[in-house]
Amino acid sequence: MQLPIYLDYSATTPVDPRVAEKMIPYLSAHFGNPASRSHGFGWEAEAAVEKARAQVADLIGADPKEIVWTSGATESNNLAIKGAAHFYGRDKGKHLITVKTEHKAVLDPMRELERQGYQVTWLDVRENGLIDLEAFREALTPDTALVSIMLVNNEIGVIQPIAEIGALCREKGVIFHVDAAQATGKVAIDLKTLPVDLMSFSAHKTYGPKGIGALYVRRKPRVRLEAQMHGGGHERGFRSGTLAPHQIVGMGEAFALAGAEMATENERIARLRDRLYAGLSGIEATYVNGDLEARVAHNLNVSFAYVEGESLIMAIKDLAVSSGSACTSASLEPSYVLRALGRSDELAHSSIRFSLGRFTSEEDIDYALSLLRQKVAKLRDMSPLWEMAQAGIDLDKVQWAAH
Amino acid sequence: MSYSAKVIDHYENPRNVGSFDQNDENVGTGMVGAPACGDVMKLQIQVGKDGVIEDARFKTYGCGSAIASSSLLTEWVKGKTVEEAMTIKNTQIAEELALPPVKIHCSVLAEDAIKAAVADYRKKHGEPV
Repeated sequence: MQLPIYLDYSATTPVDPRVAEKMIPYLSAHFGNPASRSHGFGWEAEAAVEKARAQVADLIGADPKEIVWTSGATESNNLAIKGAAHFYGRDKGKHLITVKTEHKAVLDPMRELERQGYQVTWLDVRENGLIDLEAFREALTPDTALVSIMLVNNEIGVIQPIAEIGALCREKGVIFHVDAAQATGKVAIDLKTLPVDLMSFSAHKTYGPKGIGALYVRRKPRVRLEAQMHGGGHERGFRSGTLAPHQIVGMGEAFALAGAEMATENERIARLRDRLYAGLSGIEATYVNGDLEARVAHNLNVSFAYVEGESLIMAIKDLAVSSGSACTSASLEPSYVLRALGRSDELAHSSIRFSLGRFTSEEDIDYALSLLRQKVAKLRDMSPLWEMAQAGIDLDKVQWAAH
Repeated sequence: MSYSAKVIDHYENPRNVGSFDQNDENVGTGMVGAPACGDVMKLQIQVGKDGVIEDARFKTYGCGSAIASSSLLTEWVKGKTVEEAMTIKNTQIAEELALPPVKIHCSVLAEDAIKAAVADYRKKHGEPV
């Protein structure tokens, strides 16, 4: 076992060595520009790019022609949301729908569109992090042009019912975009049957390199976008800019491995996650954030009441995890995702996200558990809130001097 | 967040963690902050007949610098008179611990905590706060 133990696979993953090996020749030996049509250097780069496009398409049940390369999921989300809103907003209307627990790469483009004169409905989620389908149905109006809802939440790992949401969008003729950055290799995606028009992907959450992603753009029925990046007309005009074959080859290989191994891998990771969950359940006043059933296998988001998240992270510095506490970010607001679940600020401040992955072992989990038991106890001994709770004082009834 | 060696030392080896009997007439208790804001500090001073702070205890819910600020404060107030303790400024704490700008509020909270503890002590003794 090597310290520190990496339990932050939802932030990023290491490039799988098998992926790195495939990428390296495209940095030197096969350095051609895939847009060069006049010589073999270009042809071999183009062939590699097209093979990778097929590998990505294969994992998600798409046609390779439906895949557009981007720099990552943030760019894919921007292209999908702004591109579709600009194209369809002219005729269909200027109403858009998203959810309060989306990633910033969806919320911020939506906010930008709001600034440009669109109306955005920001849907609430239920206590388990999932949207209420009835509330969603009611939010749809004749003016709704686009809906954007993520497949897997990055903080709490819950899986939104996108098949049902997509069916409602189809009924109303509304374009449906899904941010699936956290989903590849975690949940099966079949766009032959899923009623989704646009889907964003990232390589580095699935053991591929950073700096590369893709956007799925449905061809039947055809989905139109206004390009956000103008230039040489690459990617059928959707996204100009010279392609990065080494990155693309890496993403293709990473997605091919995900397709081949996800069934066995998720089973193994689910066992480890359940072991972590069982261990943490033995610590008093510990709460799981988000639904436990509609959830990917590798995520566990837990609030340790009466202990502040950043100080817990300092105490468990042998574990690389992330926190919903404001103290780990530049802003002083705790996680907006946890607050949207109706968690109190105090529990949001006390949350830790554990995300397991391909290289997590049982030994890692056992070490993490013993460290957590010890440090949570130490910090609670130091916590005036714990002392008050033990004395039977209801903390919600105390008049705090907010600052 | 990268912290100074002093913050890490106080965080890992906090001084004077614990509680005194809140009802003891020689004890002044200050509790400041709010759970919703991510930090709550409880500071207690035990004052001798001569008005000198003989001992101090703290419990803090908060980030590393909040814990370090309160730990440092308990060291500083011991041996000081109540009046002297009232002159401790948050800037001194921030400087001693080399707190990053986003953590200055932790030192402000520590200053508030000692003021609240002294006020509580004075109230018990019928002195003007």
